[in-house]
Amino acid sequence: MATQIRIDAKGLHYTSLNQKIRAAIADGVKEIIIDNVLGQRFIGNGIRGDDVTITVNGVPGGDLAMFMSGPTIVVHGNADHAPGNTMDKGNVIIHGSAGDAVAHSMRGGKVYVRDNIGYRGGIHMKQYLEKRPILVVGGAARAFLGEYMAGGLLIVLGLTGIPPIEERGVGSGIHGGEIYVRGIIDKNNLGVGAQQIPATEEQKTMIKPIIEDFAQTFGLDSVPLLTSDYSRISPASARPFANKYTWE
Amino acid sequence: MTIGSIPLRFKVDIDPDQCMLCGRCVDNCSYGVFRKDGDAIRVNSRNCVACHRCSAFCPRDAISIYEKPTDYRSHPVWTREVRENIFNQAKTGKIVLAGMGNALPYPIIFDRLVLDACQVTNPSIDPLREPMELRTYLGKKPSSLSLKESADGTVELITKLSPNLQIETPIMVGHMSYGAISLNAQTAIAKAVSRIGTFMGTGEGGLHESLYPYQKNMIVQVASGRFGVDINYLERGAAIEIKIGQGAKPGLGGHLPGEKICADVSYTRMIPEGSDAISPAPHHDIYSIEDLKQLVRSLKEATEWKKPVFVKIAAVHNSAAIAAGIARSSADAVVIDGFRGGTGAAPRVFRDHVGIPVEAAVASVDAKLRQQGIRNKVSIIASGGIRESADVAKIICLGADAVYIGTSALVAMGCRVCGTCYRGQCAWGIATQKPELTKRLDPDVESVHVENLIHGWTLELAELMGAAGINSIESLRGNRDRLRGYMLDEGLLNVLDVKTVGA
Repeated sequence: MATQIRIDAKGLHYTSLNQKIRAAIADGVKEIIIDNVLGQRFIGNGIRGDDVTITVNGVPGGDLAMFMSGPTIVVHGNADHAPGNTMDKGNVIIHGSAGDAVAHSMRGGKVYVRDNIGYRGGIHMKQYLEKRPILVVGGAARAFLGEYMAGGLLIVLGLTGIPPIEERGVGSGIHGGEIYVRGIIDKNNLGVGAQQIPATEEQKTMIKPIIEDFAQTFGLDSVPLLTSDYSRISPASARPFANKYTWE
Repeated sequence: MTIGSIPLRFKVDIDPDQCMLCGRCVDNCSYGVFRKDGDAIRVNSRNCVACHRCSAFCPRDAISIYEKPTDYRSHPVWTREVRENIFNQAKTGKIVLAGMGNALPYPIIFDRLVLDACQVTNPSIDPLREPMELRTYLGKKPSSLSLKESADGTVELITKLSPNLQIETPIMVGHMSYGAISLNAQTAIAKAVSRIGTFMGTGEGGLHESLYPYQKNMIVQVASGRFGVDINYLERGAAIEIKIGQGAKPGLGGHLPGEKICADVSYTRMIPEGSDAISPAPHHDIYSIEDLKQLVRSLKEATEWKKPVFVKIAAVHNSAAIAAGIARSSADAVVIDGFRGGTGAAPRVFRDHVGIPVEAAVASVDAKLRQQGIRNKVSIIASGGIRESADVAKIICLGADAVYIGTSALVAMGCRVCGTCYRGQCAWGIATQKPELTKRLDPDVESVHVENLIHGWTLELAELMGAAGINSIESLRGNRDRLRGYMLDEGLLNVLDVKTVGA
């Protein structure tokens, strides 16, 4: 039994592609390499298998690894919107940029994006007990980063410039979890319910192994990343809407 | 400015000649109306919400509850409700939260539609003697069938059929989450629907482990908060429902306050205890009808196209066009939730003023899908304000395949529609997570009540169909000729595609 297979995705519909992936995992294949990926959506949706690695060569379409629980997907190329959407467990490593709503509602595992992400990155990420999702972005992020965030850890490193976000709505409605950015973001860009405080040494120590892992994954020098100052964006209150309502 | 105290909403009287000081009212009231004081029961009427738990358990019928014991100067514009709402907001400056469904006295279209019956020229059918077909299949139907006949004469179906849900009666129980209602209430409904052969919705609260035995009768919901959603949850459900909107508060998300997130709700929703569970107004991965199609297909891919996917929208002005988009998204059913739909908590201004009646929405959705030749691509499920079997019959005549009931099922378990679900103090053990209250609801006993209700409605539906000379629900569906409008205006008759009485 082969532990590694290659799939040529050229001209293949996403359902056929996913069927091949599922069949391979069911057969005990541990390493799946998919070539010529060109916009196929939903790759790896809902698949399980903690020891399975899928390499995607090309540009996957939206909702990559949605509901995924276990495997690692490595993308050599950019990804479309919402990779890691509602993902439960596993890893998504993107050697490139990704679109909007990266890691939307993610509840576990980690998503690493080497370059930039679009709008609403990490929106409504959540955590529960040992499940604490991690999203790390190497470059920059667009508006509404970490909106409605309910848990988890989001780090934006700003390798393309500091601060890594210069648009509004950062952490608007955040009521759990934490966002670390290199440098300081303009306070006018903080969303309602978010607060920004310089990260303490203790907090920097907490994120250090994650940054090291990220740097190692993409072959980056971690030293400048580790010696920088970070800001921590967190909920001003765990109950952002508590004072909005009265009873009839 | 001094507003002073607002007149009592309810006055509780205890008849001292009847009262035997047993104290059941003291024990049963979860709102603190009663206290025992020596040889008398004292009453604080201001705390009363008229949930009737006390009077229902008073062994001597000693308790009477009166609504609005103090009159305002009557005025048709400045109603009591309008004035009290102003007092409330003048004091607080906040959004007013309210429970249950629409509380304004809009005319009810159902009550202005009448059903037909056979007389002489075509005989009615006796359901006691003749089989009545109420079984319904929800999901896509093929527009045509391809068959292949082999040499030995056997015929093979070539067309690939989409998965459908088989229900033995066109009545299901809609989505009320664990968190909004208690686990005992959900369990009672689960037991009832599995015995009947119909389905219930989980709501956006995940699926509690103890309900796994009933999972084949469960429709699991995926809403904007994605609470409790993982691949196991999706695979457990018989179908998956994407909740876009809710009739009680169209355009809004949901917000379960932290104090309702007890350990067990936290576990089922997969969020920390005591944290707010906020469902955003939109799904943040759906900003267009094309995005909806992606979520539908994403759910299908994740579950290998084995399960029907429903999409629930609130009944709003453009429901018909939206439903046409949904029908083209690969979804298998569209749920139309009318503006009378219930809720644990909604801003009063939304509950009472946003959305349209389910009767008009379903009729227009059905008509639009037929005009476009895509009615077979989705089933239509109607919900929001279905109160009795006649409503079921009428909405099916207007084009629905099945209905969801919500409040009706809760009333079957004791709910008195007091509308204070958002307080989390439900004395009936339904809309609360307090163990001392939830234990009042015995899932075995209440499951029988819910089952009885659906069974009774199903019998009545069969009788109504038989009287109309119809022996299959298929022949009732969209059969507007069996309806007549009574005192409806011409515009509405046109929307419903129903003739007036006498015509």
